[in-house]
Amino acid sequence: MASGVKPRVKVPKSAAAGETITIKTLISHKMESGQRKDGDGNLIPRSIINRFTCDFNGENVIDVTVDPAVSTNPYFEFEAIVPEAGEFAFTWYDDDGSVYETTKAITIG
Amino acid sequence: MTFTRRNILALGAGTVAAASFGALPAMASLTEDQIAAFTGGADVIEGGIELTAPEIAENGNTVPVGVTAQGAASILVLATGNPNPAVATFNFGKLNPSQSASTRIRLAKTQDVVAVAKMQDGTFRQVSATVKVTIGGCGG
Repeated sequence: MASGVKPRVKVPKSAAAGETITIKTLISHKMESGQRKDGDGNLIPRSIINRFTCDFNGENVIDVTVDPAVSTNPYFEFEAIVPEAGEFAFTWYDDDGSVYETTKAITIG
Repeated sequence: MTFTRRNILALGAGTVAAASFGALPAMASLTEDQIAAFTGGADVIEGGIELTAPEIAENGNTVPVGVTAQGAASILVLATGNPNPAVATFNFGKLNPSQSASTRIRLAKTQDVVAVAKMQDGTFRQVSATVKVTIGGCGG
């Protein structure tokens, strides 16, 4: 599932130093669970995002191991401390080996 | 023994009952296996962790759940009634202040959702919540 995958991330543009912010992420992905069958009764093979990570300036914020029970278009919401200005890096790992990445810069002020 | 209508009905009911009893412990042990694999057999204490889940989910395809455990290193979320109980494991880094996260999950049927937290001091905390599901979310 390399087509139509679009990561969306919501991060405030700026924060006070040391402030806690809320980050919301969503990636469009069908998350085929491997449990469903097609019209002919054949099992549709599993195809999911199996890992999601968020780092800030190389320091880990959250690392999620994802199993097929996470919904279509996996959504994650979590908090992060912003010690300094920098960049959040978000990474999604697909079952087929694809890696989807996006970054968001944040300023202090 | 002659197969009267009454005998056959009784036999059928018995088989169904046996089958459903057979399935229940299998499901429970899958969840327990996952918890044991996560904890390494250590004792799990109830409480000290919060699990936010709706009482009734109309659509099992997307059920919002959130977990919070102050001082947790990682949290494992399990859906006991799914074909595969594993849902997600959240590992928290240094820049995560509250050790909380939320996501949307699939639930096949009405069941208990269990969250197990591995605390930074090496102890384990557990909480569970029952979610009633109107339409299951695992396809079929």
